[in-house]
Amino acid sequence: MPRLELKGITKSFKDCAVLDGVSLGAEAGEIVVIFGPSGTGKTVLLRLIAGVHDPDRGAIFVDGHDMTDVAPDHRGIGMAFQNFALFPHMSAFDNIASPLAARHLPPAAIREGVERVAKLLKIDQVLAHTPRELSNGQKQRTALARALAGSPKLLLLDDPLRNVDAKLRFEMRLELPPLLRQSGSTVLYVTQDYKEAMALADRIAVLIGGQFVQVAPPYDIYRLPETVQVARLFGDPTINLIDVTPHAAGNGVFATISNTAVAIGEQYRASVGRAALLGIRPESIKISDAAAGLIAADVVATTPLNERLVTLLKTADGHELLVSQPATERAAEADIRVGLQFAPDDIVLFDKASGQRLQAANGAGRS
Amino acid sequence: MEHVSTTERIVRGVLITLVLAFFLFPIFWILLMSFQTNETILRIPPSLFFEPTLANYTALLTGQLKTTAGNLDILFMRNLGNSVLLSTGSVLLSLLLGVPAAYAFARFRFRLGENIAFTLLSFRFAPPLLVLLPLSLYFKPLGLTNSYVGLVWVYQLICLPLILWIVRGYFEDISPDIEHAYRISGHSWRQTFTRIAIPLARPGIAAAGLLAFIFAWNNFVFALILASADKQPVTVGALAFVTASGIQYGQIAAAIVLSVTPTLLLALYAQRYLVEGLSLGAVKG
Repeated sequence: MPRLELKGITKSFKDCAVLDGVSLGAEAGEIVVIFGPSGTGKTVLLRLIAGVHDPDRGAIFVDGHDMTDVAPDHRGIGMAFQNFALFPHMSAFDNIASPLAARHLPPAAIREGVERVAKLLKIDQVLAHTPRELSNGQKQRTALARALAGSPKLLLLDDPLRNVDAKLRFEMRLELPPLLRQSGSTVLYVTQDYKEAMALADRIAVLIGGQFVQVAPPYDIYRLPETVQVARLFGDPTINLIDVTPHAAGNGVFATISNTAVAIGEQYRASVGRAALLGIRPESIKISDAAAGLIAADVVATTPLNERLVTLLKTADGHELLVSQPATERAAEADIRVGLQFAPDDIVLFDKASGQRLQAANGAGRS
Repeated sequence: MEHVSTTERIVRGVLITLVLAFFLFPIFWILLMSFQTNETILRIPPSLFFEPTLANYTALLTGQLKTTAGNLDILFMRNLGNSVLLSTGSVLLSLLLGVPAAYAFARFRFRLGENIAFTLLSFRFAPPLLVLLPLSLYFKPLGLTNSYVGLVWVYQLICLPLILWIVRGYFEDISPDIEHAYRISGHSWRQTFTRIAIPLARPGIAAAGLLAFIFAWNNFVFALILASADKQPVTVGALAFVTASGIQYGQIAAAIVLSVTPTLLLALYAQRYLVEGLSLGAVKG
């Protein structure tokens, strides 16, 4: 029995449908990241689970119990809000203690519980301060500590790293996974940052247009995105998408790019003749000297991105492509003609009209 | 503030003094009058120098007004007591009713909600006298004429809309997420109301309470028409100083000083809440 089960959750505000029949299951101790562009109802979904709003249709089960009509104070949930939502008139200690105090635990037990999470989150030295006296990072840690303090079955984290600076966000991305695992709670984590999603998730649920487009482990979402939209949301620089019409030749299936036939694999034989989009990640393209059999392209510009070097190229038939290489590679000079090679296993094909990934013939795809 | 030039500081000081003098002079003059006899007050030209007397205060405190026409009983201390009782009672009742109502209007959308809130506000639009005439007709058969209960009830017309609308704004300024967070950590909505919403809106509640108290304290017509001497507040009671043998300016001044004192003390006590409250409201709109 899954720890959390959402069945056909539908919610609209006024006449605007936000969630349209969302279903999801999460096991005990699992970290599920709900990822999506802003305004797709990620926060609304968390609030429905927390009981702050009621769904129009659908049901929420926790450990098999129907929680849909249960008041928020009886759901056994911990939640951290994007804007922290600390109680401004209480000290950090009392903020963190509130889930414990609500259970009427003896003061000693409350103190012990608060100090335990405060130590984990490294805020044990500021427990006497009010939220006004805390730095942004400390506020965020206090909000997390409050959510964790009650050892909830279900931990809802609504983009908790949104309002902290980049350095702190990176630190927390490293710190959070072991912390969340240690808590033993099932975690639903909302974010719009794909790197955060990849770093934290056991599974990522991609929410677009009020529905889950894909629910899968991070690596699968990156390698085999279900739709063009998902492919675009994950990855920086974004995936290259090229209009192709696969054709069959004697020894395999090919797509023609810049007058060069690129082998895309036997499994796409069913898609021959269809208008399609070929997706290839920038790091799956290899730049070498121009040669026969390679895709000819001109270097337009290069720019460093973190430890990588990104090159913008233009193929002879006008497609722009991004290539990402380790920064140790020699930077190609502008206006030089080079040859490109696609890693055949990293090619994905999408139907041009629907944007859906074209399934490989054997059905299971590659993994 | 450090780099303010000396001239600027002097000009600022002079201007502030002028403004203060302009606004405080009447109060200062009344304070002087309260220590004078009618004769010294009325002499021409008026003078700042006189022999101070406590006669006005003793007359008020003992309730014996000595005039050239003989002794008059005045109920000033009783009136003052009535004022305190009526104003405090009405404000407390208004807070008890108005604060939960304000919370409901701020947090929940319900049928006719806005209409009810506006109707309550509209009580302040009608001229009091227009309301009072029909009201006095109803009060007689109900036995509410000349009773504290009746007056406190009518005073709700002054206090309730004020408290409701000011406090509502403060509740609306509190992020609902703070309350959601408290509920999710396992508290009932009643605990959320008393431990989160009320403490966070406290400056607004204090400001609204103080304003309502001042309005109630200064009210004149309600008690004039609906109550007789023993239930009337100082505002009405001061009429007694207009006697057959002339107007007792000294006693009026002393009465003003005494009746301003409670409000002044309350305002001084609540000042920090008031300033914080009014400015918070202004910034957040």
